[in-house]
Amino acid sequence: MQGPLIDTLVRQGVSRRTFLKYCATLASMMALPPTAGRAMAEALAAARRPSVIWLPFQECTGCTESMTRSHSPTLEGMIFDMVSLDYHETLMAAAGHQAEDALHAAMKDNAGKYLLIVDGSVPLGIDGAYSCIAGRTNVDLLKEAAAGAAAIVAMGSCAAFGGIPKAKPNPTGAVAISDIVKDKPIVNVPGCPPIPVVMTGVLAHYLTFGRLPDLDDKLRPTAFYGETIHDRCYRRPFYDQGKFARTFDDEGARRGWCLFELGCKGPVTHNACATTKWNGGTSWPVESGHGCLGCSEPDFWDAGGFYKALSMPADPLKMGTAAAAVGAVAGVAVSVANRAKKHRAQASHETTTLADLEK
Amino acid sequence: MDDLQLLTWARGPGLDLALGIFVLGVVWRLIEVYALGRKRDLAPARHRTGASGLHTVLRRSMPPPGMLKTSPVSYIGGFVFHIGLAIIVLLFAPHILLIKSLTGLSWPGLPSQFIDMVAVLTMIAMLVILVDRINKPVKRFLSTFGDWFAWVVTFLPVLTGWMAVQHLLLPYTLMLALHILSVELLLVVLPFTKLFHAITLFGSRWYSGKINAHKGVPV
Repeated sequence: MQGPLIDTLVRQGVSRRTFLKYCATLASMMALPPTAGRAMAEALAAARRPSVIWLPFQECTGCTESMTRSHSPTLEGMIFDMVSLDYHETLMAAAGHQAEDALHAAMKDNAGKYLLIVDGSVPLGIDGAYSCIAGRTNVDLLKEAAAGAAAIVAMGSCAAFGGIPKAKPNPTGAVAISDIVKDKPIVNVPGCPPIPVVMTGVLAHYLTFGRLPDLDDKLRPTAFYGETIHDRCYRRPFYDQGKFARTFDDEGARRGWCLFELGCKGPVTHNACATTKWNGGTSWPVESGHGCLGCSEPDFWDAGGFYKALSMPADPLKMGTAAAAVGAVAGVAVSVANRAKKHRAQASHETTTLADLEK
Repeated sequence: MDDLQLLTWARGPGLDLALGIFVLGVVWRLIEVYALGRKRDLAPARHRTGASGLHTVLRRSMPPPGMLKTSPVSYIGGFVFHIGLAIIVLLFAPHILLIKSLTGLSWPGLPSQFIDMVAVLTMIAMLVILVDRINKPVKRFLSTFGDWFAWVVTFLPVLTGWMAVQHLLLPYTLMLALHILSVELLLVVLPFTKLFHAITLFGSRWYSGKINAHKGVPV
């Protein structure tokens, strides 16, 4: 399917009104001025679908599932289908050499212009041998594909920060995309999986304005990752009132009180779940009664336990007994030294007599 | 190291280390203080009402007659910030969780807005006391590095905790990490500075009271 995006959408039964509404929503979600919605609609409608190459590395396909399956069919899903997805192992019909040919053809035809999407981390252990496609290591493939890309989107926490493969003890030596590619613009879209609308938001912004959206210090679009879950959470008033669920089935849990005590990582997690929600706005983890895991933050897997409250230490008294023993030994040793000093002082004490003073 | 990694370190290995040094220091100092010993008082005990360890503990918790007027800042400011610290440390919900994870004991907390107010009052009281210490020539003369240092390490946890809750200056994650780190600094230095009075206070008052009670003197 070639030609402008709007033609394709019309063929799929999407009306102009629906499309404009969608663009306006997208623009407001990204905190852009009202005129941006129109500009976005025009740019998107006229857009020749950019070539997109999607490379899967050490991943679980959850990101692809999130994009394509969880809320299908919606505009996000369609626009995502509408980009010229030239290589995506899971979604493409081709396999084997045919698939590799498609990849190389796309890279050659669109050199310097294609958008490279990567999901999964890149293993560097034993020369990258932990994960290979068509006999080549992930790191090798990434370097080749990145060289001709206009920009790179690191989809999901694995590509953005290393994710679960990088969790301790990181047996494969997994690293993030930004650890390898240094000379191309990179957008991190972390989340396990990331929110679909964030992906389309980044794509729409790129198509409309010809550049990537504003990013924070972890290369995440500030429009979606600018605030914490906690600050936007509808359960926040309960936190301020000190009303907490203490188990998953107590009175507090039934009343929808704050999940902080059950280990919610909302206060330190930057993501848009609380505002965009999931599955077409149906619900999101906290609304379904489970605390935030912090999946859009680096190394969330090793951040001290999912069910431990943020103010609770991981294993605080690990050194307690040993410390008490060492302290006791030190105390006794110092006391013995003090006593010896006292005895020495007593022994060397010379009495002064009246005769001495009259000398 | 990013904010969350710093926070994870502060909650994990950092706290292990700080609590380890704290326990080590407290055990050490207690044994050392106890082992200093004192010669047995062989004189027969005298008895006088109002002279006992418990009496001294209670009496010294209140200002002696006339002293409240002489130095109101020290007494009122001191009461406000000590009681404030106790409320913040013991009745703020996240702190109760920490205590629960350490000891298994827990109790209901106070609303965070109330704790917030107490934190502000505590900081005001501490600042007033600091200014008083700087302004009064005698207090300034008697102050050593240890006094200024103790003030700073006590003030920092309150300030950073309050700023973290209020989302001031730095992102919450980083501020929370700094808050925990400041508490860890406090834990580490507590056994080795004048702040050790948090542990020895009532014991030493009891001791003084008991010795003087033996001599028939209510102190």
